[in-house]
Amino acid sequence: MEKFIRQEGLVAPLDRANVDTDQIIPKQFLKSIKRTGFGPNLFDEWRYLDEGFPGQDSSQRPKNEDFVLNQSRYQGASILLTRRNFGCGSSREHAPWALMDFGFKAIIAPSFADIFYNNCFKNGLLPIVLSEDNVEALFRAVEGKEGFRITVDLEQQQVIPESGEPLSFEIDEFRKHCLLNGLDEIGLTLNEADTIRAYEARRAEREPWIFQ
Amino acid sequence: MAGKTLYDKLWDAHLVTEREDGSALIYIDRQIIHEVTSPQAFEGLRLAGRKPWRTGASVATIDHNVPTTPFKSAAEIVDDTSRIQVQTLQDNTKEFGITEFGIGDVRQGIVHVMAPEQGAVLPGMTVVCGDSHTSTNGALACLAHGIGTSEVEHVLATQTLVAKKMKNMRVAVEGDLGPGVTAKDVVLHIIGVIGTAGGTGYAIEFAGSAIRGLSLEGRMTICNMAIEAGARAGMVAVDQTTIDYVEGRPFAPKGEDWDKAVDYWRTLVSDADAEFDAEVNIDAADIRPQVSWGTSPEMVVPVDGMLPDPQAESDEVKRSGMQRAYEYMGLKPGVPVTDIQVDRVFIGSCTNSRIEDLRAAAEVAKGRKKADSVKQVLVVPGSGLVKQQAEKEGLDKVFIEAGFEWREPGCSMCLAMNPDRLEAGEHCASTSNRNFEGRQGNGGRTHLVSPAMAAAAAVAGHFVDIRELDRA
Repeated sequence: MEKFIRQEGLVAPLDRANVDTDQIIPKQFLKSIKRTGFGPNLFDEWRYLDEGFPGQDSSQRPKNEDFVLNQSRYQGASILLTRRNFGCGSSREHAPWALMDFGFKAIIAPSFADIFYNNCFKNGLLPIVLSEDNVEALFRAVEGKEGFRITVDLEQQQVIPESGEPLSFEIDEFRKHCLLNGLDEIGLTLNEADTIRAYEARRAEREPWIFQ
Repeated sequence: MAGKTLYDKLWDAHLVTEREDGSALIYIDRQIIHEVTSPQAFEGLRLAGRKPWRTGASVATIDHNVPTTPFKSAAEIVDDTSRIQVQTLQDNTKEFGITEFGIGDVRQGIVHVMAPEQGAVLPGMTVVCGDSHTSTNGALACLAHGIGTSEVEHVLATQTLVAKKMKNMRVAVEGDLGPGVTAKDVVLHIIGVIGTAGGTGYAIEFAGSAIRGLSLEGRMTICNMAIEAGARAGMVAVDQTTIDYVEGRPFAPKGEDWDKAVDYWRTLVSDADAEFDAEVNIDAADIRPQVSWGTSPEMVVPVDGMLPDPQAESDEVKRSGMQRAYEYMGLKPGVPVTDIQVDRVFIGSCTNSRIEDLRAAAEVAKGRKKADSVKQVLVVPGSGLVKQQAEKEGLDKVFIEAGFEWREPGCSMCLAMNPDRLEAGEHCASTSNRNFEGRQGNGGRTHLVSPAMAAAAAVAGHFVDIRELDRA
């Protein structure tokens, strides 16, 4: 996994609450057996006027010019600003894969759905929770100035808008450590193989049917 | 010291180690695998040269992609990408030595129907699957939740998950359910009360006399939709209904082990003095048959109600969400729910495709006919075994005589990854769990209801109050 230390970039505002993973990446694209290539179909039903299908050349499709990611001022955005309960619904990890493949490195929202939040960290995508008020203020700042940029400093746990005060955010220590160092979680867990085996031996004693 | 909740007990029993940074490693007893969220996990194992930690802990089947018309081999699946996923699962389970209930196996079916049916999910277990509706299995008093594909790989390789303990929520439904009110209506009502993010960060224990009065299948319907209330895991404590359900199933313990297991399982209840971080109390008498009107499962109303007015919503974010939903659904506030016409009906999904769901739908369909205005009514059993049982009871004939289509098991139109889907603009009475935009097909409009309500809409051509069916 790639390290996440500091990220400076253009912010795209997606002013909707409860954005579900079916919207982030519609079901027909989940048929891929790869982790890459989902970017052109991120928010497919909102970005394009026609119905998308896997394997198509999306650059030739009619775009919904009203959709925020199609507007010229947000081209090249790497930070997504959105509303509460982002990523609800299906557990599909294709959602963070699509966001990353598109070019997003961080997502800022007042809250995230649990499974999506967890999936982001496995892929080096940083979900940041800020208060409703701070998110609202960022929406106003982004809409008010074309090319509005933000720096995310993971070490310091701060979102630093190009104007205004830095905003602090909370993050679990273990997740922070893994992101900062780009660590492979499976490798880390396997360092504790003996502990896992000892646990299994205790369980097998108590609940032998689990291991039959 | 306060007693422990059911979730506390399950957590403690599976804790392998706690790390200094507050994260923990929990042991996973059972992983259920399907074709959509596993290919990248197996590929990860191969690339790293890793083997599954314990192959016997996993059980696989195909569900999301499979056609619901009869087919005998993967080669008969017309859609190239679907076929590749089904074949990839066959190849991966073979390569890594994992049991798969594949094409033609009567045990094949929707992961969360198949696993409990086989006894592959037992009380006291930790159960994961790369599918958010894994919460279904919590009806058996286990800790069951959805995970992403990276975690599927992590569990395959280590039999553990890096986790953080959730908070405890208890949702108690007390009293008797009224006529026509089913488990589906109970859970839709709960989601309407606490909202789609109300359970975020919590494990929900469903309790109270109305929940205890439900069959195990009904409890699965409730736990299934815990995720629609934001909670990764839902669960119900062990009682005699739980034990009776498990006894005799193929993967269930036998002989001396059975007695030992039952003794242990009976402890899987929240202690009387356990403390919950949040408690929600619902009076069963307040629950009426439900219909979702919008694009989020919290947008539900009783069938005898009117579509709500966004102007009456004080929260600005919610109000704009409601307005957007009205636009997408092509509906207007203030209209009676029973005025909504339906174009298609879907009876199936991990929420409502078990035998009692099919019985409830058949009871309504019996002696009636699909309305001419309804283009299609799909009835999709949750597994080959559910299908077999339904046919033994003659339910298939009831459906066919009513003009419904009797299909092969799979996820089908719940998420439209196979050929079963809505056309843009069509309204569907669906027994599934998500009414998101485009979920059942690009531009499709989903209304979540119980199986009986779906069958009633199929015969009337619009929503009807199941309690007044004969007068509709």
